[in-house]
Amino acid sequence: MFTIVDRRLNPSGKSLANRQRFLRRAKEQVMRAVRDASAKRGIKDIDMGGDISISPDGIKEPTIQRSSTGGARNYVVPGNKEFMTGDKIKRPPQGGGGGQGNEGADDGDGQDEFRFVLSREEFIDLFLEDLELPDLAKRKLAVTDSLDWHRAGYSVSGSPTNLNLVRTMRNSLARRIALNRPTGEEIKALRAEIDDLERTGHDRARLAEAREELTLLLRRTQRIPYIDPVDVRYNRFDATPRPAAQAVMFCLMDVSGSMTEHMKDLAKRFYMLLYLFLTRRYKHVEVVFIRHTHKAQEVDEETFFYSPETGGTVVSTALEEMQRVVDARFPPSEWNIYAAQASDGDNALSDNGKTAQLMKEVILPICQYYAYIEVGQDGMSPGLAYGGGARETDLWRTYKSVAEPVLAMRRVTQRREIYPVFRELFAKDGVAQQAEAGA
Amino acid sequence: MSIITSLGNVLGGGAAASGEPLYQGADWDYDKVRRVYDAIEQVAVQDLGLDTYTNQIEVITSEQMLDAYSSIGMPLFYKHWSFGKHFARDEAMYRSGQRGLAYEIVINSNPCISYIMEENTMTMQTLVIAHAAFGHNHFFKNNYLFKQWTDADGILDYLSFAKEYIGKCEERFGHTAVERVLDAAHALMNHGVHRYPRRRTPDLRNEERRAREREEHRERTFNDLWRTVPGKAGGASPLSDRDRRRAMLELPEENILYFLEKKAPRLDGWQRELLRIVRHVAQYFYPQRQTKVMNEGCATYCHYRILQTLHERGQLTDGAWMEAMHSHTNVVFQPDFDDRRYSGINPYALGFAMMQDIERIASNPTAEDREWFPDLAGRGDPMGALRDAWANYRDESFILQYLSPALIRKFRLFHVADDARDPEMKVAAIHDERGYRAVRHALARQYDIAWAEADIQIVDVDLVGDRRLILEHRVLNQVLLDEASTKAVLQHLADLWGYEVELEEVDPATGARLKKHTIAPRRVLGSPI
Repeated sequence: MFTIVDRRLNPSGKSLANRQRFLRRAKEQVMRAVRDASAKRGIKDIDMGGDISISPDGIKEPTIQRSSTGGARNYVVPGNKEFMTGDKIKRPPQGGGGGQGNEGADDGDGQDEFRFVLSREEFIDLFLEDLELPDLAKRKLAVTDSLDWHRAGYSVSGSPTNLNLVRTMRNSLARRIALNRPTGEEIKALRAEIDDLERTGHDRARLAEAREELTLLLRRTQRIPYIDPVDVRYNRFDATPRPAAQAVMFCLMDVSGSMTEHMKDLAKRFYMLLYLFLTRRYKHVEVVFIRHTHKAQEVDEETFFYSPETGGTVVSTALEEMQRVVDARFPPSEWNIYAAQASDGDNALSDNGKTAQLMKEVILPICQYYAYIEVGQDGMSPGLAYGGGARETDLWRTYKSVAEPVLAMRRVTQRREIYPVFRELFAKDGVAQQAEAGA
Repeated sequence: MSIITSLGNVLGGGAAASGEPLYQGADWDYDKVRRVYDAIEQVAVQDLGLDTYTNQIEVITSEQMLDAYSSIGMPLFYKHWSFGKHFARDEAMYRSGQRGLAYEIVINSNPCISYIMEENTMTMQTLVIAHAAFGHNHFFKNNYLFKQWTDADGILDYLSFAKEYIGKCEERFGHTAVERVLDAAHALMNHGVHRYPRRRTPDLRNEERRAREREEHRERTFNDLWRTVPGKAGGASPLSDRDRRRAMLELPEENILYFLEKKAPRLDGWQRELLRIVRHVAQYFYPQRQTKVMNEGCATYCHYRILQTLHERGQLTDGAWMEAMHSHTNVVFQPDFDDRRYSGINPYALGFAMMQDIERIASNPTAEDREWFPDLAGRGDPMGALRDAWANYRDESFILQYLSPALIRKFRLFHVADDARDPEMKVAAIHDERGYRAVRHALARQYDIAWAEADIQIVDVDLVGDRRLILEHRVLNQVLLDEASTKAVLQHLADLWGYEVELEEVDPATGARLKKHTIAPRRVLGSPI
């Protein structure tokens, strides 16, 4: 007598609760690992789970162990080939397995790193939690209005193309039955009978009666229409405004020699946040990387962040390049266009006028949002780099003169400021108010 | 949701008589499993004389097997982050291919639950059923340690209670508070078992009977003269303060969790209950830690014998037999000490070899065997001898009793003594006439849990002073405790106790005090007094 139980259908993930407890316990280390991992990742890959390894501190489970050195020990091991009683053997190097069968390392200890896999959701949660991202759904984003039609029940009026035949015929049938409209068969049968009677010629009384009946039926048929306007139903459609489901994000960056690795890292983090933010709002997000020195070009991500470049700094070239790309691939009527520019604030003096004009007349009108991030050396405000106190950089002054609500500007010098700045920028109303207050 | 299929007792008699294979091919289905189970049961009961709990075989997926790993194989268990940690690591290793999954997990409960994985072939299922559902099951039901320390009928109910209770505590007192107590309790888990049966509190009926007996005894031996004997003057009690205190606190005590549960001054009721739960779980697994070689040896021997018998009767195809033997030889493989794959003595290999050896000695002994095992050699009935060994020994005593010179030669075991004071290690004994007893003795020691684990006892509490808890480590062979791990565990102990904790390492032979660890509580678990 025995039982077989099929447990395969039991809900899986029985250890989920334990896993959550583990992640909570090791939160600090996991967060650090996620931060490190996200720094190494490409912008678009930020949205995936993955392997992480954390140091085993803090998730140790200590038990009292005997020391692994000192004292007298005895081992019994198999596989003697050459030893005789009384032979001397050199000690194997510390930790070597030469025959210390009774000293199994305790679980988890003895490992340098603890590796495990985070799922996509866990990764994003931790990433966002680290940045204390607010409830993004409540933020207002500019949307382009296009109408989305969807079915919304039936109506008694509408265009003939929207006629709902099934519903109409059902109403008609119900009405015909209720009002007792003669059916085609009844009339046909009566007509046949009349024909028969006329041909044979006897039973005139029945003929007259039948004719009477027929006129009555025909009159009823005329009075009660097959389809009455009250039967007719139309499919009703409701229009809802819908945001364009696609967005393009332009990453503009100055890659001239004055931009250090630290500045690029700050910029990258900002781009990552923006990407994450946009992917939560739009079904499809494209990223375009435009780097510039004294000339600009569209490049891939790898080149954008890691390929060194030298030259002067002419910002307007990047804006022109962006305009070119938009014209070629992203018509503003179909795409939500976001741009984020990172720079140390350097610009050729002669270019400032052109840049301001381009921004005002070309770029800002097509953008949903244009964020300008001025990155500085760690611990130093960007202005100070010039030694002239809190002097404003060329680009900052130029953009300030443009002053449109879609243009937001912030300075960032340290990693920890990235998120607050991001939040400020995307609390759109707040920015507008602050801009007014600042003006 | 689960499908529960209950089976009538359909004996595989027809198939056995005609000698037809029970199944063909690799795929398994419920019908085949039933047929095979019945055939195995017949062999196990009639040929091997096994006595098992009712079996419950559960089919699970590999993911569920991973789940089961993380809760020490139990079908239900309380929640704690450490299980999540183990799961995360096992999963990462499994997914990266560094580690395979166990073929089976079997639980010492009544009914005895064995898990089989859906991915396995029919032959693997056969092997697993013979191994777990009969081999392990018989051992669980009959070994004296399991009988003494575990309650197979009650364990699942108890775990269900524990899970619920700890869940409620988490709701009521917060995750962190519960986690801290469990962390501390887990650190002391190895020191939360009773190693010797305690005196049972007599039940009321016995109490009454004993009271009556005492009364009768008094009446029988009554002599009025005793009244006239002058009593001792009411002087000081012969016991010193320390002895009285120790008697009152029932010290020394080696079950640290038990002592804390009963005597820690500041713990709340629910915290004591958590300690109790962890202690019970530790106690439940205590026999398993002492019988690895025997348990696996018994199960491996059983599956080997059962499958061999089925094959001989033609109920197992040659292909299936070869597949089973492939797995079997993998399991009982013992690499030499200088092999890269060596990681200690494989309990399956040693256990299986010893079981086979007992069978050989009982039925076909050599002159040497007759000299070494006068009672066993040539007595016949090898199964009776094996069942007797399975019932009455644990690893240490089993090896001391049954490891034969032939087997020592076969494994080429040798004993290495490593004294830190000497520059080199010394080969103390090898597989020769002079060495057999020494090797056997040393190997048995290696499996004696009392030798493998540090002997730590609570010896005193400074009740009049600062309530310091005083523990003693009786140092064996001058091996002191590992500083870092001991400090970490003592920290947990101090947090539970609520006051300072002191651990002294003492050489029991000379009485020399070798080292002292003192730790003050960092955050007291429990309420202020």
